[in-house]
Amino acid sequence: MDDPILQLKNITKTFPGVMALDSVDFDVRPGEVHALLGENGAGKSTLIKIVAGAYRPDAGEMFFQSRPLHLTSPREATALGIAVIYQETSLYPELSVAENIFMGRHPRGRLGIVDWRTMYRDANEIFDMMGVQMDVRRKVSRLTVGNRQRVEIAKALSQRAKVLIMDEPTAALTAHDVDSLFSIVRRLRDQGVGVIYISHRLEEVFDLADRVTVLRDGKYVGTLDVADATPEGLISMMVGRNLDTLFPKLDVPIGEPVLEVRNLTRHGLVEDVSFTVHSGEIVGLSGLVGSGRSDLAQTIFGVLPAHAGQILLEGRPVRISSPEQAVDLGIAYIPEDRQGQGLVLPMSVRDNITLAVLSDLTRFGFIRVRQTTKLAQEFVDRLRIRTPSILQQVKNLSGGNQQKVVVAKWLLSKPKILILDEPTRGIDVGAKAEIHRLMSELAGQGIGILMISSELPEIMGMSDRILVMRQGRLVAQFDRAEATQEKIIEQAMTERQNANDVTVRG
Amino acid sequence: MNRGNVSRKAKTASWLSLEHLNQELLLSMVLVVLMAILTIVRPSFISSRNLGTILLDSSYVAVAAVGMTMVIVSGGIDISVGSMLAVCAVVGGLLAKAGVVTPVAWLAIVLTGGVLGFVNGALVAWAGIPSIIVTLGMLSVLRGSVVLFTGGSWIRNLPQGFYVGQQSVLGVPVPVIVMAIVFATAALWMNYMPLGRQFYAVGANRESAILTGIPIKRIQLLSFTLNGLLVGIASLIFATRFTAIQTNSGIGFELQVITAVVVGGVSIMGGSGTILGALLGVLLLNVIGNGLIFLRVSAYWFQAVQGALILLAVVFDIVRKRRLGETL
Repeated sequence: MDDPILQLKNITKTFPGVMALDSVDFDVRPGEVHALLGENGAGKSTLIKIVAGAYRPDAGEMFFQSRPLHLTSPREATALGIAVIYQETSLYPELSVAENIFMGRHPRGRLGIVDWRTMYRDANEIFDMMGVQMDVRRKVSRLTVGNRQRVEIAKALSQRAKVLIMDEPTAALTAHDVDSLFSIVRRLRDQGVGVIYISHRLEEVFDLADRVTVLRDGKYVGTLDVADATPEGLISMMVGRNLDTLFPKLDVPIGEPVLEVRNLTRHGLVEDVSFTVHSGEIVGLSGLVGSGRSDLAQTIFGVLPAHAGQILLEGRPVRISSPEQAVDLGIAYIPEDRQGQGLVLPMSVRDNITLAVLSDLTRFGFIRVRQTTKLAQEFVDRLRIRTPSILQQVKNLSGGNQQKVVVAKWLLSKPKILILDEPTRGIDVGAKAEIHRLMSELAGQGIGILMISSELPEIMGMSDRILVMRQGRLVAQFDRAEATQEKIIEQAMTERQNANDVTVRG
Repeated sequence: MNRGNVSRKAKTASWLSLEHLNQELLLSMVLVVLMAILTIVRPSFISSRNLGTILLDSSYVAVAAVGMTMVIVSGGIDISVGSMLAVCAVVGGLLAKAGVVTPVAWLAIVLTGGVLGFVNGALVAWAGIPSIIVTLGMLSVLRGSVVLFTGGSWIRNLPQGFYVGQQSVLGVPVPVIVMAIVFATAALWMNYMPLGRQFYAVGANRESAILTGIPIKRIQLLSFTLNGLLVGIASLIFATRFTAIQTNSGIGFELQVITAVVVGGVSIMGGSGTILGALLGVLLLNVIGNGLIFLRVSAYWFQAVQGALILLAVVFDIVRKRRLGETL
């Protein structure tokens, strides 16, 4: 067995309030594909950014070809032969394929001028090596997503990569492109490149990888030879969490259907989704990042109007083509990015809470200040928003209290349906419990709630029913009683059923 | 076959013409057609004297447009070029007036531009202030100082040798020669120097340029400094072509330059565009201006046309990108 080309020992990295990585070990050998597996937020991306020189670890050691490695910039990593293909594209759309590959390292001729002919020739050589047909003079903006990815790989290879890190490279690819990507990766592996392959998809691990390491909540769980691994085993390594008592979903009577979604389709994002939310019910929407959960919410809310399908509100078919219509119909949507999309940070608590209903609080076109104050105070008390005053700027509140302000704002519009996207992300434990209590209360008042969450315990604890999405489709529904974390993960991650399915972009 | 690919193909097919029609070719065609029409309506338009005027009027705008192209391609913008033009001219004029030898006064004009450009660039790159704000401030500061330095009076009656912009070499006016040299050098720089290519990278995808190890701050600084030097050269032409340097010189110059550059196909979002395109944009604008005079249309129309053109060009740029599915 070869010595590892790259080795990480006890790597620790913290961000304010978060332990992103906690003494993680990892290594990759030349000529192997080592998969890195874990749920959303397990620390995979942080780990590769450390290897790529974009972050510096707080503690721990790295070795490259058995020598200690201290990276201070991405450029150093590149120079050593550590190449990264990030999820976000790193291409220059208006430049040619060849120039994208060699940007920053243009081949130079006499007088230091760019030697375009050599550049095109070298680019062609790289694509030949990958076994890919490519017009290297074409602008990247004219390429398909799959071809853009091939350009990214070519770019990595042109840096004579000894270690190639791929962060969810298949997230945006069609099934055909995935096959072709895999054959390129295998070819590279056979040429002695050590590949670190990050994926959400179990089947890809079994298809491609030689070894697999599982991270969970920033901690190292274990490394297995893929030959010895089973899907069930990997899933339980990834989950391995106990349900706690943080989630006090009260039993409330479940009433009539409030929201019925039938065959809802938004091409490329949401495919043929049908489900129902009843009054008083909390429906949990689970799935991996990029599975189309938020897209589904935004389709219902009219941000991304549906291309096909039907939405019924309290039994009546409605057409929603803009968020304004959705609000008028009694749908409230609290997006994941509450600071960016839900709040006006420099404005006061009162003004944020009453912002959406201001036009109802006017007389002769002027705002009735006393009434808004009263209303805001009422909601601050009711939701137990911790603020010294309703005139406090929202930016000075904690994350949990900010979230409550957003909820208050929407409650004023008296919604029938409340869609919450990651309602407790980035909120501390105590505030989390309060948000959950609030959700229960709202359900008790007859509001139907659709909750998107990446945290399985939250989904399991809060939901009366659980929907699982994968690649834009609804793939499973569980009742509260029958759901287990293993079942949900399995549904969220298992293989592409139809090889010709279009893979959905996150 | 999956839908993703099919729809992409259909898209490419219907916009095939757009993909292959590059901005330079399109502009050349528009330019030729426009000149042909003007010639038919007013045959004297095509006289060599009038064409010479168009080139002369284009010369200093073109030199500044080359600099502006570099700035915009690398993701910035400089709206202070009009005030810079005036400051450079005034500095040269005052020095010449004070008896400094002519070549030194000329050099001072160009170097003043370089220094001002460097200051702009430093504020953008190192202080991290958006370029539109930096240069908006600079626009006002410089304009104010012009009036303060000159006391509002015109600078005239400089030594005869100062007015090099009125000279010709082998029948070609000096400003046109300068424009040609600047154009050729800049085109080489942007197409064949690694640094020039990195301008495109910084403008197109800053994050990626950082991860590639491109020194983006130095590139930004460089683009603004080069722009300053080029505005200095433009000012040299300007100051030595007319017999008086006015304190209100160069007002509206930034709009002229930016319009020309954007009409020339340089994307206002950065990352794409060519020096040739910018030059064609300048010529087109001047042909329109000159044509309107020939048609005896009020000069105010030119301002309106210019404004409309910049909006049209930006909309065209956005539509084209969207149609070609350029949302990377």
